[in-house]
Amino acid sequence: MAFAHAGTATASKPGRAGMRIPYLLLLPGLLWLFMFFILPLINLAETSTKTAVAGGETGSYEQTFRLQNYVDAFSENSAQFSRSFIYALLSTLLALAISYPLAYAIAFKSGKYKNILLVLVIAPFFTSFLLRTIAWKQILGAEGPVISVLRTLHLIGADTSITATAFAVVTGMTYNFLPFMTLPIYASLERIDPRLMEASGDLYANGLTTFRRVTFPLSMPGVVAGTLLTFIPAAGDYVNAQILGNPTTKMIGNVIDSRFFRIVDYPTAAALSFTLMAAILILVTVYIRRAGTDELV
Amino acid sequence: MANHPDAAAAKTGDLKLSSLTKSFGDFLAVDDLDLVIPKGSFFALLGPSGCGKTTTLRMIAGLEEPTSGKIYLGDTDLTDTKSYRRPVNTVFQNYALFPHLTIFENVAFGLRRRGIKDVKEAVEKVLALVELAHLRDRKPTQLSGGQQQRIAVARAIVNRPALLLLDEPLGALDLKLRRQMQIELKWIQTEVGITFVHVTHDQEEAMTMADTIAVMNEGRIEQLGSPADLYENPKTAFVANFLGQSNFIKGTLESTSGADQFVNLQGTRIAIPAARNSSTHKSLLVGIRPEKFRIHNVGDSTTGNKLEGGIVTDISFVGVSTQYQVEMPWKQELMIFEQNDGGAPNLRKGDAVTLSWEPHFTFALDGDEDVTSGLSGADAE
Repeated sequence: MAFAHAGTATASKPGRAGMRIPYLLLLPGLLWLFMFFILPLINLAETSTKTAVAGGETGSYEQTFRLQNYVDAFSENSAQFSRSFIYALLSTLLALAISYPLAYAIAFKSGKYKNILLVLVIAPFFTSFLLRTIAWKQILGAEGPVISVLRTLHLIGADTSITATAFAVVTGMTYNFLPFMTLPIYASLERIDPRLMEASGDLYANGLTTFRRVTFPLSMPGVVAGTLLTFIPAAGDYVNAQILGNPTTKMIGNVIDSRFFRIVDYPTAAALSFTLMAAILILVTVYIRRAGTDELV
Repeated sequence: MANHPDAAAAKTGDLKLSSLTKSFGDFLAVDDLDLVIPKGSFFALLGPSGCGKTTTLRMIAGLEEPTSGKIYLGDTDLTDTKSYRRPVNTVFQNYALFPHLTIFENVAFGLRRRGIKDVKEAVEKVLALVELAHLRDRKPTQLSGGQQQRIAVARAIVNRPALLLLDEPLGALDLKLRRQMQIELKWIQTEVGITFVHVTHDQEEAMTMADTIAVMNEGRIEQLGSPADLYENPKTAFVANFLGQSNFIKGTLESTSGADQFVNLQGTRIAIPAARNSSTHKSLLVGIRPEKFRIHNVGDSTTGNKLEGGIVTDISFVGVSTQYQVEMPWKQELMIFEQNDGGAPNLRKGDAVTLSWEPHFTFALDGDEDVTSGLSGADAE
């Protein structure tokens, strides 16, 4: 492993012509990002400080640079904001708890079934996100298998429902984002040289200590990547809350959705989007700093 | 931590392998191996890849479970002891240093797991021994191959194991560094006095470092002895070919008189010491190392055994020595190495020559030995 790193670091010393090639390769991606990310972002920023034209039609706004829009947007929707982050956090933790053992088993214990198991992890992607979420509603529904098992075990009462609850929203998000957690962790575990675990055993560490001191720390890049890939889309998600939730489980995504498409309140929707983006950015930065895995990647 | 082994206090003694066998499916990797490795020795398991030497080492380390047989250290049966409870440490091929830990923490790993106090002092001492104390806060990837190799040794010996296992420890280093590390490892072994078991396919590495070498082939030990003993008096064609080069000539035992035997070697009567004939048959394979021959112009006076009628077919100059190919009357090509010290005559291709050598440099094997055995193995990897 060490040699591979050293090799890539010193191998290429491109000439002057070679220096330009990486930039040329970047060009299509940069153009795409400029058109479909930077420009809309500028547009969104511009919209976020507009105010409604007095006496104008619905949806007509003028630029007044009103920063108060942000304060209003946040204070009116702080409940949905905090709910979004709590749900996202819960589903990320749940996905991590499910994914880590799964990825570990696939990486180290699956033998010849490794590829089949990996395909099974990705298989849900072959159907649409929306359909899967609706199917999840059926699974949790009154006639579904989850409710009947819980009832048989007397864990819930005969008339308790789990659809249209926070539980349904969180489990739905966990289910939908699970592969984003499993695959990076699997990739990280798979890269670990099995001799490192042997060396740990040789140096008086039993199985559990080897996991704590060697395997888990070395899989941290995968854990960090997986939690980010789950948390970020989960925090902005509105499909799960829409289909599996009720009015009291509304997330910030739902608010943005209704402001944009139903109330046609573009400035508030734009301000909310920006606030969400900033909040995620800050959380992610703090998280990556704390995890300190840059040396391992 | 009370039930963890304290390597220093662990019962030590000779390592004994008793009928040790390991099979993977139909493949017998290690075949009924019996071996005693004396305490404090530098022991090498030498053989071509796939001969079972690494599997043997892994069984001693506890990383592989024997199919049958026992492993003892002194009087303690280690066969069913988990790897992390054995007073044995390994220097892995490619070192297996923990990439997420500093050099200091890598070396401290074993001590910490055993709950030893004064980790700092012990680690600093061993880092000083391998002369890398200044790199204690680096990560393994920031070290050169030779430095990583020394850290791997330090990480193992800091635990004062009863036994240190080295799995092709120098395989990843370039030739010059390998020579230097051979000397260093030998020095460290003398310094710490731990039993070293060294697995290698490199005969020169084994001969330079080990007191005793076991030459392995197809899961069995072909021969065991000191480097000089194995080289001068190989008992099988495999050993003769794996350690250095040999000329094999078919011959027939004629008579024995006291400590000497006389052999008819393709029509010439030669003498060999009886002690160096490992065969009980009349039909023999007589072995002479290329550097033992002396090459002469026809008619020059010679001492010892003599073979006449050779024709030089090839000469190559390699600096310290000159290598000659000589075709004998029975159409066999012999290889002769002469030191470039002015002792050999000035020869050209096609010259007629006489070969001589001292009888005590001859060894004799069973006539039905395969003369090509071990030849491909010597070049492996």
